[in-house]
Amino acid sequence: MNVSDLVLEVRNLTTTFGGGRLTAVNDVSFSVMAGEVLGLVGESGSGKSVTLRSIMQLLPASSAISGQVFWQGDDLMEMSNSELRVVRGGQISMIFQEPTTALNPVLSVATQIEENLKVHTRLDRAGRAARARDLMDLVGIPDAKLRLKEYPHQFSGGMRQRVMIAIALASDPALLLADEPTTALDVTIQDQILNLILDLRDELSMSVVLVTHDLGVVAATCDRVAVMYAGRIVETGTVQQVFAEPNHAYTRGLLGSVPHAGTERTMLLSIEGKPPGLSEIPLGCAFNPRCEFSTARCGVDRPELEDIGPGRQVACFNRDAVAASGSPIG
Amino acid sequence: MQVTLIQVEDVSKRFPLPQSVLNRLSGKPAPAVHAVNGISLTIHRGETLGIVGESGCGKSTLARCLVRLHECDGGRILFEGADIAKLKGTTRRAFNRRVQMIFQDPYSSLNPRMKVRRILGEALSVHQMRPTKDIPARILELLDLVGLSPDAADRYPHEFSGGQRQRVGIARALAVEPEVLVADELVSALDVSVQAQVVNLLLDLQDRLNLTVVFVAHDLRLVRHISHRVAVMYLGKIVEIAPTAALFSAPRHPYTRALLDAAPEIDPTKRSRTVAMHGELPSPINLPKGCLFSTRCPHAFDRCFTELPQLDDRGPLHQSACHLVDFGAKSDHTNSNIMEEGP
Repeated sequence: MNVSDLVLEVRNLTTTFGGGRLTAVNDVSFSVMAGEVLGLVGESGSGKSVTLRSIMQLLPASSAISGQVFWQGDDLMEMSNSELRVVRGGQISMIFQEPTTALNPVLSVATQIEENLKVHTRLDRAGRAARARDLMDLVGIPDAKLRLKEYPHQFSGGMRQRVMIAIALASDPALLLADEPTTALDVTIQDQILNLILDLRDELSMSVVLVTHDLGVVAATCDRVAVMYAGRIVETGTVQQVFAEPNHAYTRGLLGSVPHAGTERTMLLSIEGKPPGLSEIPLGCAFNPRCEFSTARCGVDRPELEDIGPGRQVACFNRDAVAASGSPIG
Repeated sequence: MQVTLIQVEDVSKRFPLPQSVLNRLSGKPAPAVHAVNGISLTIHRGETLGIVGESGCGKSTLARCLVRLHECDGGRILFEGADIAKLKGTTRRAFNRRVQMIFQDPYSSLNPRMKVRRILGEALSVHQMRPTKDIPARILELLDLVGLSPDAADRYPHEFSGGQRQRVGIARALAVEPEVLVADELVSALDVSVQAQVVNLLLDLQDRLNLTVVFVAHDLRLVRHISHRVAVMYLGKIVEIAPTAALFSAPRHPYTRALLDAAPEIDPTKRSRTVAMHGELPSPINLPKGCLFSTRCPHAFDRCFTELPQLDDRGPLHQSACHLVDFGAKSDHTNSNIMEEGP
């Protein structure tokens, strides 16, 4: 990988709420390469969605964001609002989990797509209408001309998600941030949407950051993965590396919690307890109370994310023991 | 030796929709959501039957019919040979006790104003499971059974996490010592790591208490993990039912095949960039003619659009409802093109 492939670089991103009392994202650093799909995986409250929203600065005023987000050499955090507006929704687009709430119910789909075209392109009225039809074709909505006049409630869940993707793609973004785009959808529709995102990635050569809680989705779509727990990244690597040889006990437990073929009606390798709330993140390694590998040091010191190979990082004092115990999915 | 415990015979359930006066006068049929359309199956004692399908396929309605939360519009359900719709008085109460349901959403299925002690105590006293003096001890036993600490008894449902609350729901169902548990999307609302804990608990309890479980879920991986047999539903009908291993290794219905292909497997080496199934679920108000899956089936031919296929035997305990009787058969699994042309 050479440096010119770098699209987005996040450095030491920290997001707090309630005047610094609650830390949702804690010192998170990662980078996104051109044309890759990066998976950000974790359970509820792990900070994966807040990470995306911090990058886009789409958080309520009660939050405080620090750190740096480099986009084409510029730090998004240092930008003025008008500079940021060019990037946000233009060069970087975002799609959300729940299209019903992300779309405006009282505006037709055509209006919502054109809104974005008006802001981010120089097309005239006719050009925008033509582009809107093209976008509907691109995301696989049939009868584009007719359906553009319709309102979000006239679309099914899967089609609504396609509309949201069409809006996000209106400005030819170089990076798509997808926040659980298929969580609310049925498995066959999820398969359609994920394949659509991958096809669009190939056609439009954009990069994708995909936030999900489903390791199956990661296995099926992502090139690299970053596992988050209690606001921190605990492990990164290519999907093949991380699934074949998890180096963090949490990754290993998460993999073991998902039923897979050949282990029917056996006990799953579950993780005791539940993910901690933001107000009660344990000292030391946040995972240590639930960790079967934890030692005395884990409750005191916090392990930093360290390089253990090219593009491979892990934050665990006992990673050798974890790695030696093997991957639960064999 | 398999003993039939519950026999479902051609059960259907409709939910009527409002009809305009004009439509009624013109004699048009009353519109209704056809949630369950003629389902027959048997549930054996001690087994886990998985029921899987996409949202709107009628799996939850079927589960509710099984415990008589809905009355069936057609067909009947026999529990140990007795039609449950005809049960009255003490026999109905006995049935209610022996067949228990656990709901998807532990946030709304537990009374927020009752402490766990009262939630469990109520179940115990209503069905007179224990003399009053033994109830406190039994509550502690139940909490221990589902892996909660004794101090949980004096807490309200909102004080628990989602996984713990689901455990309370399970404890309440088990309080009346049922023989059948109907679990509707038991772990769907939970985080992955907590899901695994509850799944482990269910497997353990089934072994210890010799329970029969009907496990309704949309997650194929979970259903495969838990079930002895699996029924796949589509638009209110069973399209395929088989022992788990047979169904997942050699599905004999195109819908099952597509569902399995679409489900993301947790194995990065098994990637596919082809879309498993195009289109979306048709409306359950106006059902398609012929085979219900014909509108999305890549293998559909003339007969599929006119004639509804019945569930036929495909192997030991394996039934599929498809006109292509050879679909997915071993000799033919490499070449499905031949079948596309049909007979």
